[in-house]
Amino acid sequence: MTTDILHRPHRVWRLGADIDTDALAPGHAMKHGIDVIAKHCLEAIRPEFASKVQPGDVIVAGPNFGIGSSREQAVAVLVQLGVAAVIAPSYSGLYFRNAFNVGLLLLTCAEAESLQDGERIVLDTRTPAVRTADAHTLACEPVPGFLMEMVDAGGLLRLLRRRMAAKKEADAQHWH
Amino acid sequence: MTFNASDRALAQQTLAQKLIARASGRAQVAVGEIVTCGVDMAMFHDSSGPRRLQPMLEELGAQIWDRSRVVLVMDHYVPERDDDSRRIVRIARDWAREQQLPHVYDSQGICHVVVPQHGHIRPGMLCVGGDSHSPTGGAFGAYMFGIGSTEMLGVMVIGEIWLRVPETIRMWWDGALPAGVTAKDMMLHMIGRFGMNGGRYQAVEFAGPAVAALSMQERMTLSNMSAELGAQAGLIAPDATTAAFLAQAGAPPVDMAPWFTDEGAALTHHRFDAATLEPYVAAPHSPANAHGVSRYLGTHVDVAYIGACTGAKLDDLRAAAQVLRGHKVAAGIRLIVAPASLHDQERAREEGVLQVLMDAGAELFPTACGACSGYGDPMGDGITVISTTARNFKGRMGSPTAQVYLGSPYTVAAAALRGCVTDPREVLA
Repeated sequence: MTTDILHRPHRVWRLGADIDTDALAPGHAMKHGIDVIAKHCLEAIRPEFASKVQPGDVIVAGPNFGIGSSREQAVAVLVQLGVAAVIAPSYSGLYFRNAFNVGLLLLTCAEAESLQDGERIVLDTRTPAVRTADAHTLACEPVPGFLMEMVDAGGLLRLLRRRMAAKKEADAQHWH
Repeated sequence: MTFNASDRALAQQTLAQKLIARASGRAQVAVGEIVTCGVDMAMFHDSSGPRRLQPMLEELGAQIWDRSRVVLVMDHYVPERDDDSRRIVRIARDWAREQQLPHVYDSQGICHVVVPQHGHIRPGMLCVGGDSHSPTGGAFGAYMFGIGSTEMLGVMVIGEIWLRVPETIRMWWDGALPAGVTAKDMMLHMIGRFGMNGGRYQAVEFAGPAVAALSMQERMTLSNMSAELGAQAGLIAPDATTAAFLAQAGAPPVDMAPWFTDEGAALTHHRFDAATLEPYVAAPHSPANAHGVSRYLGTHVDVAYIGACTGAKLDDLRAAAQVLRGHKVAAGIRLIVAPASLHDQERAREEGVLQVLMDAGAELFPTACGACSGYGDPMGDGITVISTTARNFKGRMGSPTAQVYLGSPYTVAAAALRGCVTDPREVLA
């Protein structure tokens, strides 16, 4: 994901607390590819989500987003559906790692729950902060640089690919 | 004993800090530091493993850093029920053969039970697992935590992983557990009190006389459900119980002396009394929705499920048999028993425990993850299940309209007997 897309207004999908990985990627769908699992994303709690969400939309949730399984499809479904970021007061630690590894930006924002469903917001990923249409700024916790680098690269796989290619090139130069 | 200058220079460290310091090649580490650790063992299963890792490794043109440190378990999609699960398990089997992986357990049981049973997790190690219940390894004095497939790819390629050195939250249990009360009840009590993210992705350490008195399998239940507490790791300092288990598992002897939390190390301390603990039940749809069994007495159940890494080990099967010996399950109630490993199933057979369960009317299911993850036979719509598994999220067992209660094997067996949520101590008395 490039960060400039994050400067356009994003529509908020407002969810509650304790959104778990089974809600994001239901067990019964897990044997399928990510395109199929994505169709079932949040079906148990927000049945219209998968069909109505638009690329660039953001999820705003209560505390403990992503509790449960290590299945990173619970992150990949949101990337697949074009979700630009998740904003919540706290996350499951395992989900937090998975998100950056797959290239999804998570912003930890103590005031996330003041945002409303359908509201338009702008993300400042460098500060980081969330700005509302009525000019409120909600501060977010800083994201360590190496994790931001992973989001910018589009996930760990792309980052590893880039690094391995650079290493190959450096090795080739070394032997010339 | 006198302290030399270098001893004095070292601050008191928690078990978590000592394990991470060792893995990162440091004398000590400070809470909050981000460090890179060498991985001693990486475990994954048919769902999180080869089907996801193989294409990514091929894309990178990379090799596994050290095959001897990799353990693969087929437990989620076995036995294969349809073309999709056949395809997933075939990928895992073919890949294991191509890669010549030395440690593969196919349809032997659930990874969190099978891997320690073969001595792969030992005190002092830093391990990762491609499954959220990987903190189970903490019961052996190893720092073990769950990661997703992409992060596992990173481990497979470079053999290292980053960690933020955690704070330690110590759960100190005094006293001794009464009859009919188990590690599962301790855990549901703690999750009910602190919530599903009460562990804040820090290290939880279980200690005190009531923990020291637990069998290895009961300790594994505590560490396993540290995941439901939101902890990264769930540690128990190794002792003679650990050594005896590992010796039986054929693990090489390990020096366990270094692996404990120093007196005076900085930590958050919570104290509990095991002697006054009652059986606990978590109501739908969260393990944190846990209360003493008395709150749910009489709630009708359709299915009693004894399964999963955290509820169908040999000790769990023994507990259920204690309740069911000489009795039949209530009319119209299904009792499903899916032992956590073939090893435990065979031991239960030898001891007559399995026969007791069958005589009571139990249906024996395969030694796999099964209904716990909703991957195997799902539970039907609108039914009420009481289960020894770890999670009761909405839709967890297949249907969003199923109501899932969690309890110890004593409590689940007692519910099977009466057809409703029952205090197992009444039945055991």
